[in-house]
Amino acid sequence: MTAALEVAVTRHIGTFTLDVSFRVDSGTSVLFGPSGTGKSLTLALIAGLIRPDTGTISISGRVVTDCARRIDVTPQDRRIGMVFQDGLLLPHRSVIDNVALAVRQVKGRRARRTVARSWLERVGAAGLADRRPATLSGGQRQRVALARGLAGDPSLVLLDEPLSALDLEVRREMRAAIREVITSSGVPAVLVTHDAEEAEELGDVIIAYDDGRVTGTRPVARTESPERRDDDSHRTESA
Amino acid sequence: MTTVVPRAWLNWLGIPPWVWNPLSVSLRAASEATIVVAVVGTALGYILATGRWPGRGAIETVCSLPMALPPTVVGYYLLTRLGGPGPIRTAEVDLLGHPLTFSFHGIVIAQIVESFPYCLRLSRAAISDVDPRLANTARVMGLTRARVALLVTLPLARRGIVAGVALAFGRALGDFGATMIISGSVPMATTMPIALYDAIIDGTHHQAMVLALVQLGVAFTILLGVSRLGRVRAW
Repeated sequence: MTAALEVAVTRHIGTFTLDVSFRVDSGTSVLFGPSGTGKSLTLALIAGLIRPDTGTISISGRVVTDCARRIDVTPQDRRIGMVFQDGLLLPHRSVIDNVALAVRQVKGRRARRTVARSWLERVGAAGLADRRPATLSGGQRQRVALARGLAGDPSLVLLDEPLSALDLEVRREMRAAIREVITSSGVPAVLVTHDAEEAEELGDVIIAYDDGRVTGTRPVARTESPERRDDDSHRTESA
Repeated sequence: MTTVVPRAWLNWLGIPPWVWNPLSVSLRAASEATIVVAVVGTALGYILATGRWPGRGAIETVCSLPMALPPTVVGYYLLTRLGGPGPIRTAEVDLLGHPLTFSFHGIVIAQIVESFPYCLRLSRAAISDVDPRLANTARVMGLTRARVALLVTLPLARRGIVAGVALAFGRALGDFGATMIISGSVPMATTMPIALYDAIIDGTHHQAMVLALVQLGVAFTILLGVSRLGRVRAW
């Protein structure tokens, strides 16, 4: 089976060296480890925002980075969705415009807005469509960012500490929303976090990071509610 | 140069030709210069702010020299480069039918050179201040570099760019030294500052007072209008 993502790269930044190799299949894989261990740098490399010094990156079997063969697909051509820690919504655009700008699979403003609206509904943010990002709460911003990350029909969605800027209560609520939306979309996801509870709750596989290296990979054991087990069986089927 | 306002209207409004002629030359030359400066200055500001390549500082310094140089020095170089015998002058005559010096187009060139640094520096600074992560986000969303510039970076830097264009317009409108040297005081290619200078030299103090007041009013009105435009809420 073709991997959703295969990464084998090195990158030196000052005295720090990232040297990682891992494979991601369907479901959500969590890059877990303390701050400053290269997790977010890995996401930037996958997104094509930074070039590795050596190595290759493949998304759904398509090579997007290969330093030896000088392949470097531009970020806009990688078909990736991305959700950042603080949302990074475009402040001068309405919520619906933010999401519609990411829609690639249809042409025309009206069609893009229709897709965007359906994604806002899926993340529970339909009522925010005409608002400006500055008027949204942290949780609302992340819901919109999640809709934007998935609206472009991506092959892979990257979530860079999407909950770390939120209050504890909102974080719990958003965990459930992220899990539900990512699972139902069937899009493979890579999530970065340094929160162990978050990693266990959101991840299907945990890839442990330390000092720029992968120190271990393990599947997450599911032992909670029947509802949660239903989610897992759904994900297995969709995979 | 012909005026676009019918003479009868000017008479009816009570505007004498010694005010209207230099005013129309000044407004038209400054407008044309500002259009060029706004487009080229913002584009170069964007390239300098977003690119990472050696020589960016040198380019900005060279383009900013007119800010530090006396306008007469700028005028001198323009006069000798554009007006001296050689291929540049030949090209000017082939293209326009006359040399740039002592003409309306010479005034526009002088104002472009004098006002360019203001637009360049302010737009470059404003674009540098835009969070680069927003541009990165837009690229990951699928936007090309050109669309990122047009839909994300430039709109977010809009206030600084508008301020730069306004300053450039004010600088072009008020230029005296470079304009004087490249155009002299040729009738129908005389700007307001030169007309004021002529009035002072001729001892026509009433005309000088009126010309000074008109320039004060025009500069104040235009700069106030443009700055209000820059304050319009974008988000």
